[in-house]
Amino acid sequence: MKLNGTLLATAAAVLLATPAFAVDVKIGVLNDRSGVYADLSGEGSVVAARMAAEDFDAEAKGINVEIISADHQNKPDVASNIARQWYDEENVDVIADVPTSSAALAVNEISREKDKLFLVSGAATTELTGAACAPATLHWTYDTYALATGTGSAMVEAGHDKWFFLTADYAFGHSLEENTTKVVQESGGEVLGSVRHPFPGTDFSSFLLQAQASGADVIGLANAGGDTVNAIKQASEFGITQAGQALAGLLIFITDVHALGLETAQGLVLTEAFYWDLNDETRAWSDRYSEQMGGAKPTMVHAGVYSAVLHYLKAVEATGSKETAAVVEWMKANPTEDTVFGEGSVRADGRHMHDMYLFEVKSPSESTGEWDYYELLATIPAEQAAIPLEESACELVQ
Amino acid sequence: MFELLGIPPQALFGQLLLGLINGSFYALLSLGLAVIFGLLNIINFAHGAQYMMGAFVAWMLLTYFGINYWWALVLVPLVVGATGVVIERLMISRLYHLDHLYGLLLTFGLALIIQGLFRNQYGVSGLPYSIPAELAGGQNLGFMFLPNYRGWVVVASVIVCFSTWFAIEKTRLGAYLRAATENPTLVGAFGINVPRMITLTYGFGVGLAALAGVLAAPIYSVNPNMGADLIIVVFAVVVIGGMGSILGAILTGFGLGIVEGLTRVFYPEGSAVVIFVIMAIVLLIKPAGLFGRTA
Repeated sequence: MKLNGTLLATAAAVLLATPAFAVDVKIGVLNDRSGVYADLSGEGSVVAARMAAEDFDAEAKGINVEIISADHQNKPDVASNIARQWYDEENVDVIADVPTSSAALAVNEISREKDKLFLVSGAATTELTGAACAPATLHWTYDTYALATGTGSAMVEAGHDKWFFLTADYAFGHSLEENTTKVVQESGGEVLGSVRHPFPGTDFSSFLLQAQASGADVIGLANAGGDTVNAIKQASEFGITQAGQALAGLLIFITDVHALGLETAQGLVLTEAFYWDLNDETRAWSDRYSEQMGGAKPTMVHAGVYSAVLHYLKAVEATGSKETAAVVEWMKANPTEDTVFGEGSVRADGRHMHDMYLFEVKSPSESTGEWDYYELLATIPAEQAAIPLEESACELVQ
Repeated sequence: MFELLGIPPQALFGQLLLGLINGSFYALLSLGLAVIFGLLNIINFAHGAQYMMGAFVAWMLLTYFGINYWWALVLVPLVVGATGVVIERLMISRLYHLDHLYGLLLTFGLALIIQGLFRNQYGVSGLPYSIPAELAGGQNLGFMFLPNYRGWVVVASVIVCFSTWFAIEKTRLGAYLRAATENPTLVGAFGINVPRMITLTYGFGVGLAALAGVLAAPIYSVNPNMGADLIIVVFAVVVIGGMGSILGAILTGFGLGIVEGLTRVFYPEGSAVVIFVIMAIVLLIKPAGLFGRTA
């Protein structure tokens, strides 16, 4: 038959022209594109995902990658709706990024229900690999445990042992406060109190005054993005830092330091998974990113999206499918390696294991140029930065 | 030493003062809204975006032209007010014969466009704007450390609010304005150029928003969302005070700032909603607002 002949010819042509197999992969980058977290995630995460597909040379390997994106406005209900629509109607295979822990937890449940892969970079709550862990949810970049261990213990070691928390009133803030409290108490410090502020907030002066009145010698900022920036600015305005109380920014991104300016931000100690100026490879990678993002440097969230998508594409190639269970099994069984995080692995509970870094923000005179912000204080080994498996509440490792 | 509900009096005074400072912004912004609504019958949803523009223009003047804060206080309301005049002439003036809803939709759309443009250009993390050297530092009041700049904000806001109230309620120009609100046709018949007066009033209201933006620039981060975060609260303030009531807008602005400040001490989690709870109660008991007249 003529039709059969054509089909055969086409099949032969396809076999000759492409490698072993051809598959369409659709990645949905879901994050904040307009609110307080838009600079630390936003379009930058889409650029990072695209860079991963380019670096992997996906097309030549027969993987046709399509990347779509949407704005979840930091709202769990909006995030759920988009995730459902993406999985049900748009055939999205994997959702990536999702900052704002409450939104990430919502997407986590839908991914579990639909048996889809969820690559978390922007969100911080340890719940994602703890009580809420799902077989195909991988938490890639950082979590509140790592932040608490890094910044919390560094502050206590520096002699700041009486804490008061200024906490963003949602899943992330609660989780960060809880983790840091534990670290502080284990290191011999004490927690005098905490106040929970609405998210997102504008004026923190009244909360800061409560923190000042508590008599604590360090105020732990268990918030992020624009909230942290405003809190730090106002603490300096109200003479809180000058009067001797220290600030511990438990989650500070390089974009926050950029917004604060070194004059205000200098001396802050912070924990990050990535810094553009770590080595030649990170510098080269960050330069490529900057070219596409109007000169801005990538945050660890962007680096995480890149690293996670890259490892995912490797898994698709190796297993020759995008079947969730097979891909996740490969991703957990094989080590990760890339320019941004170096070598690492994915643990059974879904936590991506890699080193974290403790940085101190430079003073204006120490900085040699735009975006030259951090001084490396210490490298936190992966094993210390992640909650030990025996303490995990995740049912996958019980 | 006595304590009030477990809060030492020092802390309480501090919080009252902070509430007053926040109230200054509410008062300035709701005043502009009240002036515009009073005369144009337009609910200006672009008010938050115009407040944000005020902060951004101050930042631009400093960054690109080296013009300092004090000049910005004068220039920014003029520049942003002028954009308001253009918007009124080109767009809003075409809607006066239609339902209020159209003005609301137009200004809401404008707000989204303005915010989107700034977000595209400057990102959301915010830009640094320093407190002017003359107002750096602060006073130790015994119960709290009051930054000089915050003290200045309260003073400036009270002066501007009082002057505006005086100009509208006690001067001849104000009398024209109020008359034009009541019956524009009749006032026009007396030879007063009502359309021009309306245009300038809109420009003035927008200028007030921009002035609040300049005052806010050194203490809040200058970012495209700064107005959107605030404007909903300010609308609640206007509704509680009574739509179109100048004095109502001013007093409610300061008063609600204080109420919000106290909530932050006694029940911080509720501080984001307390104003809306009050709004609901006021609407149930006195639908025209505390200072509003029932038509």
